[in-house]
Amino acid sequence: MSWALVFEQLLNGLQYGVMLFLMAAGLTLVFGIMNLVNLAHGSLYMVGAYLAAAATQWTGNYLLGVALGLAGTLVVGMAVEVTALRTLYERDHLDQVLATFGLILFFNELIAIVWGRAPLYSSLPPWLQGHIKLFAGSTYPVYRAAVIVVGLLVAALLWYVVTRTRLGMLIRAGASNREMIGALGINIKLLYTLVFGLGAALAGLAGMMQAPILTVQIGMGENILILAFVIIVIGGIGSIRGAFLAAIFVGLIDTLGRAFLPDLLRKILSSAAASTAAPALSSMLIYLLMAIVLVVRPEGLFPANRR
Amino acid sequence: MIASLNARNSIAALVVAGLLLLPLYTSISGNVFVLTLFTRIVIFALAAASLNLIMGYGGMMSFGHAAYLGIGGYAVGILSSEGIGSGFIQWPVALLASALFALVIGALSLRTRGVYFIMITLAFAQMAYYVASGLAPYGGDDGLTIYKRSDFGGLINLSNRVQFYYLCLGCLFGGIYLIWRIVNSRFGMVVQGLRSNEQRMQAIGFPAKRYRLVCFVIAGTMCGLAGALLANNTDFVSPAVMYWTRSGDLMVMVILGGMGSLFGPVLGTIVYLLLEEALSQVTEYWALIMGPLLLLIVLFGRGGIMGLLGRLSRG
Repeated sequence: MSWALVFEQLLNGLQYGVMLFLMAAGLTLVFGIMNLVNLAHGSLYMVGAYLAAAATQWTGNYLLGVALGLAGTLVVGMAVEVTALRTLYERDHLDQVLATFGLILFFNELIAIVWGRAPLYSSLPPWLQGHIKLFAGSTYPVYRAAVIVVGLLVAALLWYVVTRTRLGMLIRAGASNREMIGALGINIKLLYTLVFGLGAALAGLAGMMQAPILTVQIGMGENILILAFVIIVIGGIGSIRGAFLAAIFVGLIDTLGRAFLPDLLRKILSSAAASTAAPALSSMLIYLLMAIVLVVRPEGLFPANRR
Repeated sequence: MIASLNARNSIAALVVAGLLLLPLYTSISGNVFVLTLFTRIVIFALAAASLNLIMGYGGMMSFGHAAYLGIGGYAVGILSSEGIGSGFIQWPVALLASALFALVIGALSLRTRGVYFIMITLAFAQMAYYVASGLAPYGGDDGLTIYKRSDFGGLINLSNRVQFYYLCLGCLFGGIYLIWRIVNSRFGMVVQGLRSNEQRMQAIGFPAKRYRLVCFVIAGTMCGLAGALLANNTDFVSPAVMYWTRSGDLMVMVILGGMGSLFGPVLGTIVYLLLEEALSQVTEYWALIMGPLLLLIVLFGRGGIMGLLGRLSRG
């Protein structure tokens, strides 16, 4: 277990965590402001990945494809909000869970009809392939490094928008008292649609960034969705800061667990028992973490005293 | 609860009679497929009924109920692959394992409220799913084939379709009877009281968490039984039975039928699975219709089928 390997896995964990944050941010934003539990958030992740892959193929330009994919996901998100979800804000969480569960079924089939059931592989332009040199002769893929940079930039941008701009002020005001800002003459419906679209675009961005690392396939958003839920439960629902810290934490734990737990277990257990236990245990780690957090602090680590 | 002849009760009676007489129909018509379909429906109805106990009566919105289907199933499957074929051992182990799992995750999850509870139960079920996927000696992702159904000596032969159907039906009716007794007992009243006003119940002096936990464990155990039945029905158990969309299916069945009504989940399961079957005959893309249909039911169909029947009989 060399230090270069540990460092590389740390970067991988950071990359995964940043990607998870983009998912969790949209989810927690929508929950904090509209009080909506949106299971279909994973579908938006999938839609983003498919749209970007298709647009890249169509235009032949990766960046253009990503931009079109983002715009497309934004539009799809806003359309879903206007047609289906708007009426759900006043309902209880159970109704929201079921209705958005229905949306997942719908989106999965829609994608199957448009693109078929076989997975797509998205290719990278030459300038994103290859490796950059790190210290001591170790290297790291350019693409993953780019994901980390873009993710951190988006996180910073999100922080800036929410805390420093008029739109962010309205978002925060909408979260604390929706009647009041409606009474002050703000178009709350439009604001909600915008916020939902923003969350959708973030999920779509996460999907298209993860696409070259994994494959683009139906149901790809579902596992990520569960992880995003775990993250916002750990971080405290409605808190963007909590979502960020929890996402990085979960990304690191999951990646490091999968990378090093088998070796660690082999030192304690027999090699046969270790190779049986390690995969199960490393995929359980995050849920164990969540259980511990909930036992110690049922409201999450950073409960939303409003971002 | 005095039974009166209104739309709800007559539909429930019709369904019970229909389910009881179904093997008669299949033996006359020779249509075996209907019997296998309904065996599946009856098993899922038991699972949905157990979910209804905590969701409808207890107000605990568990999104991880399918975990017990898997645990009950894996108990049967693992014991069977280890050469222990007797149902007298397999089934109690299945029930015990489900009860234990419910006890542990209930004790942790019930510390939380509302949407946190929905998500933590979901996450625990996913955890069970991943554990099952990692069980390499017992099939891992691919699942575990059960070569021989549970052996109950000369008492009942599970490989006989009709006998197995009646066993499942017996379990379903037994489960519903049990729920009926629980709901109308003092214990059940306390649990329902906790659903409507927790603070008041605590002020009277009831330990809220303990009552909820017991209710949670009863429901989990009952669903574990459904899991044991399901594994015997398909001769197979795989992590897929615990996947979170399964838990979603179970919730939909309960809501569709009518939460907090005794026979609602049974009706909901029948309608949901028959609809799924019918739509998949029409088109490969049945979920494209099912999804929006679900959305519409949630948006406009308050109280599910039972609620609708209730409104009908009131005029």
